Amino acid sequence: MSRIAVTFTLNGARRRVRVAPMKRLLDVLREDCALTGTKEGCGEGECGACTVLIDGRAANSCLIPAVHADGATLVTVEGLARRGGALSALQQAFVTMGGAQCGICTPGILVSAQELLLRSRGRVPGDAEVREALAGNLCRCTGYQKIVDAVRAAAREAMPARARAARRAPKARATAKARRTAKRARRAR
Amino acid sequence: MRTALSTLAVARPRDLAEALVLMRDGAGRPIPIAGGTDLLVYLNAGTQKGDRFVDLRSLAELRGIRAGTDRFTVGALTTFSEIREHAALARRFPALAAAAAEVGGRQIQNRATVGGNIANASPAADSTPALLALDAIVHVRSSDGARVIALDRLFRGYRDLTMRPDELITAVELPFAPERSVQFFRKVGTRRAQSISKVVMAGVLRLGRDGRVDHVRIALGSVAPVTLRARAAEASLAGIAPSPVASYRARAALMDDIAPIDDIRSDREYRRAVSGNVLEQFLRSADPRFARG
Repeated sequence: MSRIAVTFTLNGARRRVRVAPMKRLLDVLREDCALTGTKEGCGEGECGACTVLIDGRAANSCLIPAVHADGATLVTVEGLARRGGALSALQQAFVTMGGAQCGICTPGILVSAQELLLRSRGRVPGDAEVREALAGNLCRCTGYQKIVDAVRAAAREAMPARARAARRAPKARATAKARRTAKRARRAR
Repeated sequence: MRTALSTLAVARPRDLAEALVLMRDGAGRPIPIAGGTDLLVYLNAGTQKGDRFVDLRSLAELRGIRAGTDRFTVGALTTFSEIREHAALARRFPALAAAAAEVGGRQIQNRATVGGNIANASPAADSTPALLALDAIVHVRSSDGARVIALDRLFRGYRDLTMRPDELITAVELPFAPERSVQFFRKVGTRRAQSISKVVMAGVLRLGRDGRVDHVRIALGSVAPVTLRARAAEASLAGIAPSPVASYRARAALMDDIAPIDDIRSDREYRRAVSGNVLEQFLRSADPRFARG
């Protein structure tokens, strides 16, 4: 059967592959591009292990025919690390906080979390918002709490220093107020 | 057995006119593909018939959300993410926005299209009960021309549409619900997200100046071979003032509207009970005087 040329940007680099048009993007990534970080769990869009970003939005690569990747910008889990291979803040948070356990769901969850971080740039998404964003990713190890904690920790870290300071400010004011109260209390004695 | 995906051919029309010619002339009845989130499941499972596809994704004519003075027109390729993120649309049609937010996870919402959800004609579709309750009108085109079909008249039987195989859905038209009406959407599944429904219901209800129901739409999924309007329940409520008795009667009437079955997701009795419970929840949310005891 005739193959077609499919061209896309994959983790920042232009790629051109010749594949069958209905070949799953998941298989194109793993077989034709040799990027095996993207996993197959269920093969029917339930588990999210194969999640990639396509034009900035999370999608199940097991449900995307190669023909739909033509002209697209793709990011897989391999594209999340910093230049030189150092872990991104999001990846590091998963390691530090125990968000990655057996590891099969982790690439897909990282990619879904990445979409959330892109969407909520400049603020820390709430617990429910993180859970909603990750609703299409199943994990059988962690019970999800450590994953949610890791995503929120990464979002806090990604905030600009000024915004972080602004978040700290109310606490600083509260401390100053507490100091004044304590001083008054001492004077009263 | 898996379909050998490498044997499948995909035509890539440049515009709608070319796509319609392919749908008319294609040997062996070509299958249109939009977001692919249902089609690829069937292909992966080896249950999809056909080996020729027409890719609709690049057709600009099927895209876009247009606001009119008394209605919205939503292109068939509009994704559920686009629906839930369109502030004006979501404000006008909260039941549809709620449905869009519960179609699978984000990964599905980012790809799955409203036209695809209708054309796929699953009795468990999440968006069609909301669209039915909102009196949606489906725009279809073939190489012979265009026509409109009330969504309510589109579903004939299990995965069976009153559309010809050479017709494509181009848009969904949504007239504004009456002023002061209340909208409702509830999906009951195994877990809160990412599940196929056991029961799904959408509703629109308004009380007139005289305090009686003067507009009511109730639509359900997963309780019959098609997603459907609950006409008997609607009739039992028309012209009635809110009361616990009215709620009870609507619930009884609803049992004549639905014909749920036992399957892997749920069983008949559970679906009947839950359909009644969700209907009462809808009515209570529309007016507290519907509450029982």
